[in-house]
Amino acid sequence: MIGGLFIYNHKGEVLISRVYRDDIGRNAVDAFRVNVIHARQQVRSPVTNIARTSFFHVKRSNIWLAAVTKQNVNAAMVFEFLYKMCDVMTAYFGKISEENIKNNFVLIYELLDEILDFGYPQNSETGALKTFITQTGIKSQSKEEQSQITSQVTGQIGWRREGIKYRRNELFLDVLESVNLLMSPQGQVLSAHVSGRVVMKSYLSGMPECKFGMNDKIVIDKQGKGGATEEAAGKRSGHQSIAIDDCTFHQCVRLSKFDAERSISFIPPDGECELMRYRTTKDIILPFRVIPLVREVGRTKLEVKVVIKSNFKPSLLAQKIEVRIPTPLNTSGVQVICMKGKAKYKASENAIVWKIKRMAGMKESQISAEIELLPTNDKKKWARPPISMNFEVPFAPSGLKVRYLKVFEPKLNYSDHDVIKWVRYIGRSGIYETRC
Amino acid sequence: MTDSKYFTTTKKGEIFELKAELNSDKKEKKKEAVKKVIASMTVGKDVSALFPDVVNCMQTDNLELKKLVYLYLMNYAKSQPDMAIMAVNTFVKDCEDPNPLIRALAVRTMGCIRVDKITEYLCEPLRKCLKDEDPYVRKTAAVCVAKLHDINAQLVEDQGFLDTLKDLISDSNPMVVANAVAALSEIAESHPNSNLLDLNPQSINKLLTALNECTEWGQIFILDCLANYTPRDDRESQSICERVTPRLSHANSAVVLSAVKVLMKFMEMLPKDLDYYGTLLKKLAPPLVTLLSAEPELQYVALRNINLIVQKRPEILKHEMKVFFVKYNDPIYVKLEKLDIMIRLASQANIAQVLAELKEYATEVDVDFVRKAVRAIGRCAIKVEQSAERCVSTLLDLIQTKVNYVVQEAIVVIKDIFRKYPNKYESVIATLCENLDSLDEPEARAAMIWIVGEYAERIDNADELLESFLEGFHDESTQVQLQLLTAIVKLFLKKPTETQELVQQVLSLATQDSDNPDLRDRGYIYWRLLSTDPVAAKEVVLAEKPLISEETDLIEPTLLEELICHIGTLASVYHKPPSAFVEGSRGVMHKRLPARTGSGEGTECPDVGNAAGGSAPEAAPSIIPSQGDLLGDLLNLDLAPPTTTGPTPSTSGMQMGGMDLLGGGLESLLFNMVSHPKMGAGFGAAPAVMPASLNAPVGGGLGDLFDLGGGVGMPMGAYIPPKTVWLPAMKAKGLEISGTFARRAGVIQMELVLTNKAMSVMTDFAIQFNRNSFGLAPAGPLQVLTPLGPNQTIEVSLPLSTVGPVMKMDPLNNLQVAVKNNIDVFYFSCQYPISMLFVEDGKMERQVFLATWKDIPNDNESQFQIQDCHLNSEAASNKLQGSNIFTIAKRTVEGQDMLYMSIKLSNGIWVLAELKVQAGNPNYTISLKCRAPEVSQCVFQCYEAVLKN
Repeated sequence: MIGGLFIYNHKGEVLISRVYRDDIGRNAVDAFRVNVIHARQQVRSPVTNIARTSFFHVKRSNIWLAAVTKQNVNAAMVFEFLYKMCDVMTAYFGKISEENIKNNFVLIYELLDEILDFGYPQNSETGALKTFITQTGIKSQSKEEQSQITSQVTGQIGWRREGIKYRRNELFLDVLESVNLLMSPQGQVLSAHVSGRVVMKSYLSGMPECKFGMNDKIVIDKQGKGGATEEAAGKRSGHQSIAIDDCTFHQCVRLSKFDAERSISFIPPDGECELMRYRTTKDIILPFRVIPLVREVGRTKLEVKVVIKSNFKPSLLAQKIEVRIPTPLNTSGVQVICMKGKAKYKASENAIVWKIKRMAGMKESQISAEIELLPTNDKKKWARPPISMNFEVPFAPSGLKVRYLKVFEPKLNYSDHDVIKWVRYIGRSGIYETRC
Repeated sequence: MTDSKYFTTTKKGEIFELKAELNSDKKEKKKEAVKKVIASMTVGKDVSALFPDVVNCMQTDNLELKKLVYLYLMNYAKSQPDMAIMAVNTFVKDCEDPNPLIRALAVRTMGCIRVDKITEYLCEPLRKCLKDEDPYVRKTAAVCVAKLHDINAQLVEDQGFLDTLKDLISDSNPMVVANAVAALSEIAESHPNSNLLDLNPQSINKLLTALNECTEWGQIFILDCLANYTPRDDRESQSICERVTPRLSHANSAVVLSAVKVLMKFMEMLPKDLDYYGTLLKKLAPPLVTLLSAEPELQYVALRNINLIVQKRPEILKHEMKVFFVKYNDPIYVKLEKLDIMIRLASQANIAQVLAELKEYATEVDVDFVRKAVRAIGRCAIKVEQSAERCVSTLLDLIQTKVNYVVQEAIVVIKDIFRKYPNKYESVIATLCENLDSLDEPEARAAMIWIVGEYAERIDNADELLESFLEGFHDESTQVQLQLLTAIVKLFLKKPTETQELVQQVLSLATQDSDNPDLRDRGYIYWRLLSTDPVAAKEVVLAEKPLISEETDLIEPTLLEELICHIGTLASVYHKPPSAFVEGSRGVMHKRLPARTGSGEGTECPDVGNAAGGSAPEAAPSIIPSQGDLLGDLLNLDLAPPTTTGPTPSTSGMQMGGMDLLGGGLESLLFNMVSHPKMGAGFGAAPAVMPASLNAPVGGGLGDLFDLGGGVGMPMGAYIPPKTVWLPAMKAKGLEISGTFARRAGVIQMELVLTNKAMSVMTDFAIQFNRNSFGLAPAGPLQVLTPLGPNQTIEVSLPLSTVGPVMKMDPLNNLQVAVKNNIDVFYFSCQYPISMLFVEDGKMERQVFLATWKDIPNDNESQFQIQDCHLNSEAASNKLQGSNIFTIAKRTVEGQDMLYMSIKLSNGIWVLAELKVQAGNPNYTISLKCRAPEVSQCVFQCYEAVLKN
């Protein structure tokens, strides 16, 4: 199991050091600093073995978090724990920075004592932790409160406490998708997938039992078969249903039920949680198409023309569009002409950055640039990195639609109708690249 | 107020000031002071001098302050054990506190203080806390038992905490169950034989129930524990799989990977024609792909694991090639791993896409990545024959870029392509030769020289090219020198007229001017060959080379199986068994995949119970190492004689690596054996009878006499084949070795006759075996005490044990031996009669025999004829008994005697036989049934040998 946990600043100074196991000595702190943080080379692996001691690290801005062990631990678990640790810290004091860590070091030690026992991760749900790790002292709890805390921390529904009350029962669902594309210069899709998340913010009283439904092809086909004829089912599913390659759920979702009936039922944590993540690869709506044209004119000049086409309903508006056209290292000057938005050559980033604030569907825009090159005798050809693109669109590129989210709270007297529900779809670019 | 100020105080006399503040009356000031102390502790300052003052602050109702003091205690108690005792009272008192959070805190902290005196006081509170009414306290106490065990294992056993901990597995609270499982698993690791976890269908059921209810971390503990269980049959296996599959949709990647581990392991037991097997295979792919959208560090862990999974079960991800395409912004460690998997998945169906990608990668920035991409193109060519042409042309394109390292890497792989497809792509040699000057890496130079030498007849100026290398001969690395030597000799043999001068030059450079023994040796060999018999030289040097194998970098199957059992863990990230990086006894237990068993497996004969009949996973690519690899293995053996003497298994010089089990069907046979306690470092070890029989007196005769008194007829001694020459003197610089194998009084002996036919005295004999099918290994050093003079002969008998590393050989009874003396190391291989592995307690109960006979599928039966044998059934039976082939029953049907016999091999395999003897007919019929049908042929040979002698 995890033998120790260290947090360093960018210089390699220790900010937090907590050792859980006797086999980890103080010299481990230095070993990591010397061999990883101060290493001249770029990091070649997130797991480093130094003198039979293994170090797992993640970086958040310029802070290093490292977990240390001498045993054959579950590596995936260690990384999941480090990420979770970051989440918990963020939930308590915001951004993970040297300043914040120093300001909250007592709290961090208290958290580390609670969520990691002898190197075994314990309950690390912030909702539960916040009930008893408060930094204000908890001596004034009554006996009931105490046992409520402990039963929540250890219980089956460790992520939600009882007795939550809201005057207005409200919930927000955000379907956030990132669409990833790798396209060849000829416009052939090399790979494309959508990775999506359903984020739920709920302000519901009591212990509400929720059921979430979407246009999952498997569910709709099944329902179709159960009720109407095959044909009708086909019609109903038709365009509206989507094939989900795989999905994963927050721990509040009953997985065995999903496995058996493919229904998503759960008691949500109070406030925000990521209900599910999913991945689709079929019938993805690619919101933009990039058509590059690069021509080398002699050894010292390059002509680049890039056309972008938006491919969605004309009534919708894409926002925050940014196209990044890489330029060779020996660029000496660039002239750009674009029809829409603003374009600029950024020497420090070796790229032409073209920004467009808004663009409606089924439109087209174009940029052309002349790149002057310094003559070099470098034999190596320019690697021609792909043209990448960023954007945001108000629909789900996977085609996912929320069909319902039903809330039942048998003990309190509010019904599904009384809950105010909001649904929002946002599609963003993930890694959206076209080779040129 | 911010806490960062505590980090900044660095003035002198700080300790003194802190002391004053700690003893202040004001609570706020005290707390501030403790915070400063902790901050100093964090940055590595020694604040242990403040111990008594800090401990004084412990008695407080301020929980925050208390926690800080506890933190301090955990750090410094060990260095101040006498003063730590001051804290005991407070701990014991806190363990009785009405607030469960405080009770838990006290017991949690006490377990972290490694001071004997505190540990003593811990027992009582811990006992109470394990039965506390509050689950939070119980779950903390459960982990505390593991802590205590780490400090003082004996104490934990004496106090009966292990039983209490076992009870917690049935606790009503899922988190308590999970922590108890984690604690027990950890304790069990240091007691490999304790059967502590005692997993049975009932407890498994409890775990599976808790699995649905506990936290994500708890699910990981439980799944990792489940992975250690071996289901009784395929039905149980399937039902566990069904209950584990929902975990594949968990958001926590570690839960997913641990579930994959359980499924991959239990799948082994499912029959392949089962519908469920196919369903399961399909269910595994999507979650594995989803892992690739996690954070990069987790992607890395996932990719390292997928690399294993793809080797074990390529069918799972064969359609998912695209997801492994490298993204421009992936961290380098992710890129390299993806590339590896891409090559493994490359097939005729997707090769065009893969090649296009690889070509793209070859122009990237990172040098390592580019090199690997180029190498990958070469590997595709070797793997997918149809693509070879395209690969070669891609490589040529890359050579045209003239980027130095790309060119070199391309030349190295092209050499391999030549080896795989001889006489097909030699037209590109001209292009390669153009780049001769730019090669500065030894590997690339060596590859290029090899090409020039190999195809000297097609390259007009081959002599010039090689000559140009010769100028700086002494500055080259050994690899290049050796290659150059060989290449020039090849050239000479092909074009003797023009190159005589060149060859003489290189031979003298290699033999006279070089300090490198390898180079000198090779030089001399060529020289003598050329001077004595040029025709022979041609046959040797220009011999046809075997084609190289397709997959060169697969993980060895036994290691792969072990790593599959460690999916998700560090072992799977490093691709090394835990024993390679974990110190001490922990984690060195070698895990194995379960064998596939039929559902109605006979339980009466446990030895055979798990030895499923040769249904090894067919999908697993098996590599039979080529000659070269084996030689390499032998060369790597440590030939120093084992330091201890005596034939006991514990001293048999078994420091060699870990346990390697048989590849193929036999591997399952060793499955249910447990580690021999004395051996510490993990081998799967031999069956229980082994040590006893090995410890028997070596003398031989006595044992035989004893058998005579037994009154079981007239057993004649075990059959010993005549001695044969294993190593002729010609091949071993004058050392001739002949020998045979015998089994005397339960001890296997290798009887060697060493003859010195050389002119000089031979000393320092040592012997070592390569891994072999039954784990034979010398049980002691080779006892040649006096130097062996010219024309002297010595007879040595070497006791053997069967606990050595195992690898399936072909033929099964092949044994590769290395013998060293003061002159050199020599290798030979010999075949031993399998009868020497027949153990003394191989007599099966009649009932068991019947049941087993029925149980072994008929496919495993093989029939042989023994001709020209003039014994009656009685005599045959006696004769066979001498070689530990026991007659269990005899039946006479119509003048035909049917003898039923059983044999047990030293690794626990049972062989059942039915011998038909008809009076007057010299031809016997024998049917052999065994769960590992591979051995039948060898056993039959033994029958023949024994009966005819």
